[in-house]
Order: sequence, then structure tokens, then C-alpha cells
Amino acid sequence: MNPSILSNLDRVLTSPLVAALTAPYGVDRFLEPFNPMWSATQVRGRIEAVQRQTRDSVTITVRPNRHWQGFVAGQYARIEVEIDGVRRSRCYSLASAAPGRDGAVEFTIKQQDGGLVSTFLYAYAQVGMVLGLSQAEGEFVLPESPTTPLLLVAGGSGITPVMSMLRTLDGRVSSAPVSMLYYVRTAADAIYGDELAALFARHASWQLRVIHTRDGGSHFSPAHVDALVADLAAVDTYVCGPAALIDALIALSAERGCEARLRHERFTAPVSTAVIDPNTVSGELRFIRSERLATNDGRSLLDQAEAAGLRPEAGCRMGICHSCTCRKTSGVVRDLRSGKLSSDGEEDIQICVSAAVGDVTLDL
Amino acid sequence: MARSRSLTKTPNPSIRSAPQQPSKPLTANTLSLTPAQIEAFGKEMDAIRERVLGDLGQRDADYIRDIVKLQRGLEIAGRAMLQFGWLPPAFVGGVAALGASKILDNMEIGHNVMHGQYDWMQDPQLNSRKYDWDTACPADQWRHSHNVMHHTYTNVLGVDRDVGYGLLRMDENQPWHPIFLANPVFAFLLASLFQYGVALHDAEFDRILSGERPLSEAMPLLKGIWKKTRGQWLKDYALFPLLAGPGAPITFVGNAMANLVRNYWTFTIIFCGHFPADVQTFDKSTLANETRGQWYLRQLLGSANIEGGKWFHIFSGNLSHQIEHHLFPDLPAHRYAEMSVEVRKVCEKFGLPYNTGSLRKQFGSVVAKIFKLALPPRSAMLPVTA
Ligand SMILES: Cc1cc2nc3c(=O)[nH]c(=O)nc-3n(C[C@H](O)[C@H](O)[C@H](O)COP(=O)(O)OP(=O)(O)OC[C@H]3O[C@@H](n4cnc5c(N)ncnc54)[C@H](O)[C@@H]3O)c2cc1C
Ligand code: FES
Repeated sequence: MNPSILSNLDRVLTSPLVAALTAPYGVDRFLEPFNPMWSATQVRGRIEAVQRQTRDSVTITVRPNRHWQGFVAGQYARIEVEIDGVRRSRCYSLASAAPGRDGAVEFTIKQQDGGLVSTFLYAYAQVGMVLGLSQAEGEFVLPESPTTPLLLVAGGSGITPVMSMLRTLDGRVSSAPVSMLYYVRTAADAIYGDELAALFARHASWQLRVIHTRDGGSHFSPAHVDALVADLAAVDTYVCGPAALIDALIALSAERGCEARLRHERFTAPVSTAVIDPNTVSGELRFIRSERLATNDGRSLLDQAEAAGLRPEAGCRMGICHSCTCRKTSGVVRDLRSGKLSSDGEEDIQICVSAAVGDVTLDL
Repeated sequence: MARSRSLTKTPNPSIRSAPQQPSKPLTANTLSLTPAQIEAFGKEMDAIRERVLGDLGQRDADYIRDIVKLQRGLEIAGRAMLQFGWLPPAFVGGVAALGASKILDNMEIGHNVMHGQYDWMQDPQLNSRKYDWDTACPADQWRHSHNVMHHTYTNVLGVDRDVGYGLLRMDENQPWHPIFLANPVFAFLLASLFQYGVALHDAEFDRILSGERPLSEAMPLLKGIWKKTRGQWLKDYALFPLLAGPGAPITFVGNAMANLVRNYWTFTIIFCGHFPADVQTFDKSTLANETRGQWYLRQLLGSANIEGGKWFHIFSGNLSHQIEHHLFPDLPAHRYAEMSVEVRKVCEKFGLPYNTGSLRKQFGSVVAKIFKLALPPRSAMLPVTA
């Protein structure tokens, strides 16, 4: 449809008159039950193509609705799907060329064993499926027009933001020289393998080295860098991949005194590997909005928040009224009624019937 | 009184020494429960709860979204038909569709979503703290008066303000006053204006009128109510009528009738939940050191079900399963039907009453009570302690 018609339509849909007519719900609640892509405010995307490049990954082309504001190469968006009735969202890097303001965008998701969203998308992504999207976010981005030579290092599915950078640079008239190291298990596991080869073949000043870690190659070593760039301090380095790869590059650039020129993107938060024993009382409670810290004493989070001087909303204090529901941003909690442990991600919990198991952060 | 004495076999001294007013004969069944049995009963309720909790998933998500879709469809159809209200079939259809949409929104969607029944879906549109409904009562105030006060303190006289809504005499233990001769009139007025009754509930308007509560204390609440009501009036009584042009008065009347239909229906269902004969009320002392088992028992004894078909249950927001709703207020209400089978079995096992009947029977006994309690107690010679 003509974009100016759509933007006029949006102006009507978001007008005070329409808000008053659709009160107290808002116009989206009349549009969305019929077609989720019609939202007047939310970003949604429809899957246009599905491709399986490797044994354990899926590449999807998604056309966002008109609320999508584009992105900068290297950024990610949160994809939201519903699995067994529950909304789940995860971050996925945009792999297509920036800015992608009207066109479709691309994501590649590697299926993680036991991983909820990646397994769901890997198994069920199909043309026509509608996904919830956030606007693009993230600081792992190229400068506006890079002039210094670049060193890009990717491991496994960490290729996605790097791919976006390469595709974006490829579209420009002139670009700084690019050197790239790409770690994959075997040739068959290389996501975007063929496209990379073609891309680097097109640019005389670009050089690529793909290392098959389970097929003759080794894991990261400083020698790999030195073989590609003469002086690490003279290039801007971007790394995305497994934690070990990122940590190794951080250590190397610290050693060479050029940490300021290194940027990295982690797909997983650095997790504590300590096994949590639900029966011992340990850890700290962080109330982020009020910026308070308390040592977990094992009582309900509501009791402890109050002991810390906070006054969270609460009513029944026995888990029935849901007044005390609040966002847990990290940590595991135990349901005091059933003894069940929660997952450690972000979710809403009832603090009157939850106790912390180790460190817990609450949006209070 | 039977109600709290039924719990007096617990080791709770404050319950045993409770001042007791005679009202209904003791039911031998409830008296025979030992404290251990009460806790065993509670454990069985917990087990039912856990089983359903563990089974929540796509089926429940699809169900509530289908209901939302139906409600939105009815609302669009109702509003559209009332734009042509001068055509008699459009008027009748419009009032019916808009009334049905408001009923679905208030009961199966609003009431249940705001209980947190669908919070587990992590969908902001079905989240208890974000939902707002098509009625005069602001969502946040209702969550307090209903979820906290009514559900935690169900049928505890002097605490649960749903007992008579601070307006009616619905329990023999409420002291009689000549003003209650108008009980049936008050009840009719409350039913007609039910959405405003519900809206003014949390502000405790009755206590403001009687001077017990300073107006200043209720001011922020009243402001919230005014803001919400204004929005409702703007839409129902100004904008949609104006859109109908010369048909404006007809649209206005149609919208008012849809609101009225909703008011009578919700009043009927809600009054059948706690006021039919044999539903028990409790003394404040019941609350002291109440165990989970005792809490479950109070919910069971303080609620009554209405029997009916699938669509009757849907349009009553499954509050026709009031007993299950009070036992498990935050589980998706469309599960109550299947849960009621198990709850009844457990009640039989423990010899506990399970109050259920047809709409005619339950509402008939509510109406009878409204009339009966308008008159002074037969034992009016005895001094009444408040
Ligand atoms: C900025 C950013 C960008 C990202 N970009 C991408 C991208 O482009 N492509 C991509 O594929 N991913 C990307 N990710 C990772 C992605 O967001 C998800 O974390 C990933 O897909 C796993 O999500 P999941 O729901 O499948 O796993 P979850 O269910 O969240 O589980 C998380 C991890 O725990 C493991 N796990 C789960 N359950 C168990 C269990 N019982 N026992 C042991 N381990 C378990 C899983 O294997 C998984 O690795 C990015 C992450 C970030 C932060
Ligand atoms: S305070 Fe009522 S659920 Fe937590």
C-alpha cells in the first residue's frame, strides 16, 4: 500500500478521537485480534522466507510492519514468540545490510540444545508466521564511515552481526580494508560460508580466513591475528562468538595495550557456574529501581523488600491477589507454596510467595 | 453462630473465644472436622491447584484469545448496528451485541484477567496490572477492593465489604435499622446502577456519607473514578451518538440500555455467588492465625455455585463456579468446570457441603433474603450486638 496512505491511517488510528472511542482498551486491541500485523504502534514482522544453511541453524527473512525504524549494522532486535501459551523473547542480531528501513531483514538462529526459543524457531519457523519484534538496539556497531582498517572475528553463530557489517560495507563505494577470522567446527557448520567467499573475492583489500576447529584447525591463538594484521593497535577490532573467544581477544588486546579499539558482543550473559543449592540461604537481593541491596535471609522477597525499607504494593500476602507481582530481571526464586524453582531469566513473579535462591534482581 | 463455630475445633484460641451470635443451625458435617482433617482438606485443594497449574498452556491461551476476539467482534457489531438504531432490528441487535460485549469484557475477560489468571502468559494485553475494562470502576481500585479485600477476607463480616456492598442488609448478623425496610428498593437501585456501585466500592462511599470516613481520604480514589467514568460517558453518551448524526438520541438510548443489561446481569450473577441461603459468613476472629486449610474451608463455605450450560458459564465469567473461583482465584476460570468435579469429590469425602443450584433457585433465595432481612429479626427482643 502507498506509504503516505498508511502514515495518514496511523495518524487517524493514534488520534485522541480514536483513543476516546476505543477507551479503555486503545485501538490496537481491536486490530490485533484480527491481524497481529495491523498494530497501530507495535513492531511486528512476518516471515517471508526460511532457509536452513547448516544442520543446526535456521535463517529467516522477516518483513517488519511500518513501525520498524531500521538499524545500524551490528545491532540486534528482540524476537518474541509464543510457546505453549507463554510469550518468550530473545535477542537476535540482524544479519542483513543496514539500514533496512523498509525492506526485509534477516536473522540466523542457531538451535541450542535444551534452548526454548531457538529450538522453537528452528523447528517451526515458516513463511507467514508473525513474530513480535523490538526496535533495533545495541552498541556493537560500525562507525558511520569507517576509515581505519577493520579486524572482524566471529565464532559460530556470532557471524550474524558481522555478516550485517560486511553486507553493509559491501554496498558502499569505498571501504576500509577488512580482515576477518571466522571460527567454525567444520566446513559444513559455516553459516554464510559461500556468501562470505564470494564477498571477499569481490574486494581486493579484504581478506578472510576460515578456521575449522574440529577439522584440522585449532581454537583461537594470537598467531591467527598476527598472520592477518601487522599491528593489532592499528585496527578497529570487532569480535562476536563464544565467551572463550571473546575473553581471549580481550586478554590479547589488553596485553598489546589497545583495549580501547576492541568491541565485542556476547550472546550469553557471563553466568556463574556454581550449582545452586535451593536449601541453603545465600546471595544478594538487588532492588534496582530504588538502588538498594540486601543480603538474602531466606524469607519471602516481599518481607525482605519491606525490611529493606521499600513499600512494594501488596495485599493478601499469600499468593492469591497478584498485587505484589513484580518483574524479576535475573536470578532464581523458589515458590514458597510448591517449592518449585523458577527459570533464571526475566519474568514477572509474585514476591509474597517467592524466596530467593542465590542472587536475585528485582525491578523494585 | 454456626459459621465460626464450625471452625472452633481448631487449636486457635481466638476463634474458640469468639463472641458468637446465633443465626443458623450448625451443620453437623462441618463440625465434625478435626484440625488435622481441615489441613488434609487444604492439601487436597493444593493438589488440585498444582495439577492445573502444571497443565496450563496453549489451550488456555487460545481460549482466552478466542473470547477476546468474540468480545471485540460483538463490540464492533453492536456499535455499528446502533449507528442505525432507527431501524428496529438494528436497535435490538445493537443493544444485544453491545450488552453481550460489555458482559464478556467485564466478566470472562476483565474480572478474570485482573485476577492474574493469565499473567503466566507474559502477554501485556492479558496482564492483571495492565488490563482495563469497559466499566466505570478504575481497574486499580477494583483490584484492591476485590482481589485483596473480598478474596482474602471472603464473607468476614466487617472486613469483606462485598457483604451487602455497605448498602444492603444481606446477613442476619448485620444489625437491623429501620432504613433497611427499603432493602428491596436499595437492591433494585444497586442492580440498576451496579457499575457505579462497584466503582464507588473501594472509596467506601457509604462510610463517607455516614461520616465515618473523611472525604479527603477518599479524594484521590474519587478523582480516579471520575476520570474513568468521564471517559466511559464520553464514548457511550457523546461520541458514538454524535457519530450517528440525527440518530444520536437513539444511539444514546441504545448505549444506555446495553449498560443497563450488563448491570442487571452482573448483579444477578455476583449476588448469587455469596448470598444464597446456607452460605456462611464469619466473625472477624476467624482471621487470627487462620491456616491455609481453614482459609480454603472458609472459601468453600462462603460461596455458592450456579448450574448451567457452556455459554451460561462463559457469560457469567465462570463466576457460576464461584466455589472454585474462591478456592483458586488466580487459575484460568474456564478450568473451573473440570476442577469442580474433583472439588465435589473431595467435599463428599470430608462430608462438607457444596452449595449449588439452578439460577432460579439461587437467585430466588437471594431475593427472598433481601426481603426477609428488610424486616427486624424475629428475636428483635434480644439486644443486638454489632
Ligand atoms: C545481543 C545478543 C545477540 C544475539 N544474537 C543471536 C543470533 O544472531 N543468533 C543466535 O542464534 N543467537 C543469538 N543470541 C542468543 C539468543 O538470544 C538466545 O540466547 C539463544 O537463542 C538461546 O535461547 P533459547 O531460548 O533457545 O535458550 P534458553 O531456553 O534461554 O536457554 C539458554 C541457554 O541455556 C541452555 N539451556 C537451556 N536449558 C538447559 C538445560 N536444562 N540444561 C542445560 N542447558 C540448558 C541452552 O542450551 C541455551 O544455550 C544473541 C544474544 C544476545 C544477548
Ligand atoms: S500480595 Fe497478594 S499475591 Fe502477593
